Amino acid sequence: MKRVTIIDYGLGNLFNLETALRVVGADAVVTSDPAEAQRAERLVLPGVGAFGPGMKVLREKSFEPAIREFAASGRPLLGICLGMQFLMTESEEDGVHGGFDFIAGRVVRFESEQAGERVCKVPQISWNALVENERAERPWAESVLRDVPVGANMYFVHSYYVKTVSPAATVAYTEYGGQRYSSVVGQGNVHGAQFHPERSGAHGLHLLKNFLEL
Amino acid sequence: MINLVRVIPRLDIKGPNLIKGIQFDGHRVLGLAEEFAEIYYAEGADELIYQDAVASLYRRNGLVDVVKRVAEKVFIPITVAGGIRSVEDIRTLLRSGADKVAINTAAIESPELLSLGAREFGSQCIVSAIEAFRGSDGKYRCWVDYGREPTAVDAIEWAQRVVDLGVGEILLTSINYEGMGSGYDLDLIAAVASRVTVPLIACGGAGCVDDLAKAVAAGADAVSAASLFHYCYARPKPLRKTMQEVGGRLRMGEQIDAGNIDFLNHGYGGERAIMVEPSSIGNAKNKMSTAGVRVRDVH
Repeated sequence: MKRVTIIDYGLGNLFNLETALRVVGADAVVTSDPAEAQRAERLVLPGVGAFGPGMKVLREKSFEPAIREFAASGRPLLGICLGMQFLMTESEEDGVHGGFDFIAGRVVRFESEQAGERVCKVPQISWNALVENERAERPWAESVLRDVPVGANMYFVHSYYVKTVSPAATVAYTEYGGQRYSSVVGQGNVHGAQFHPERSGAHGLHLLKNFLEL
Repeated sequence: MINLVRVIPRLDIKGPNLIKGIQFDGHRVLGLAEEFAEIYYAEGADELIYQDAVASLYRRNGLVDVVKRVAEKVFIPITVAGGIRSVEDIRTLLRSGADKVAINTAAIESPELLSLGAREFGSQCIVSAIEAFRGSDGKYRCWVDYGREPTAVDAIEWAQRVVDLGVGEILLTSINYEGMGSGYDLDLIAAVASRVTVPLIACGGAGCVDDLAKAVAAGADAVSAASLFHYCYARPKPLRKTMQEVGGRLRMGEQIDAGNIDFLNHGYGGERAIMVEPSSIGNAKNKMSTAGVRVRDVH
């Protein structure tokens, strides 16, 4: 049985993620101990809420060096939702805050109005489709999306989105409010999903299963 | 690109059972809530709403165990409503598997609960549940305690205020239309949709699949329905055809331990006959699609 360690730093609802990982066959453990996270075989960095306060908690609880060590070891790391945004260089949420910079990229806010007209509601709370990025360094079929149909809908809840500096780091795009943003990222051993795979039905569960096989 | 419209069955739950009433009254037991939840997930529901129907009676939400039990079988977002009175209540439900909580009564009494919740857990998981009753003066007012108690709060103004308080969504139910099967209150939906910036879930009154697209045209981002779907999958003993069609997984009339089970034993009829044309979720989505509404294809 593949062991997956989920980081618990006090933000977000880990019960569903842990349950979903168990259902797809993982030996899922939740830890609030940075040393245990650093020793993990596979690591999941979840998160909901705001970027700045989230990174601050990761630092205060000594998770930041543990996650950096883990990522440098080459073992598979998956960031989900805000956890994916942490993998980027920086975020513009309530001022500019630095992230892990594992993948060069920025986190910016959806504009609900453009030229005085309402183009979308923020946050995006919706199912939305994944579009294949043909310039990806890690092609769809070798990413966490392997065997997930192109165009599959996943469940998104977010006000800020990721734009990777290099298109190669983006496995899949999604469109919202006239923006095309990175919804799945992958570079080396670092993976991220902006949506909630644990709430995205069978396709989401498949992504989690794929992560166990990486 | 226009968003996918979410189709959200609403499950009113008493003990372990799914119940359904008319204008929040005259409830009958339809079966076990968790079995409906499982079926709805498999059939392509985009989210589920669990409403504790007796929470206002006991002054607390009693759905923690139900939410936990379905977590291993249902992998779509779950909103839990009913009797949520504090940040601690919100925390308990989120830790048990709820993705969002919908708050009505306690927010009317102390609006800061919405902002405290949004700050602590994020706007995305705090839903303002608004139960609006249109009086003879034509004005919509908020009612509390599961559609039982009137207040003087103007429902349209309240909808604008909860957005400022930080909620991420509004679940808007018309008490006048709830359970009547005559369609949604399109005036109410339009009035709120034109004034708020957060997603709006329309609830109350869907009687046939055409009503769903009408609510979307009026401004709803998501449509919630109860009877419309429940009566497609729930059949009393003499009429089990639909259950067999879905593999006989619903065991109606068994393991039912509370409430008015007359419907399960004797079927339709009497003065409280159902007022809807039942539809499967797949059929509802197909019809919405034909009407030009984008919906998620589950397959």
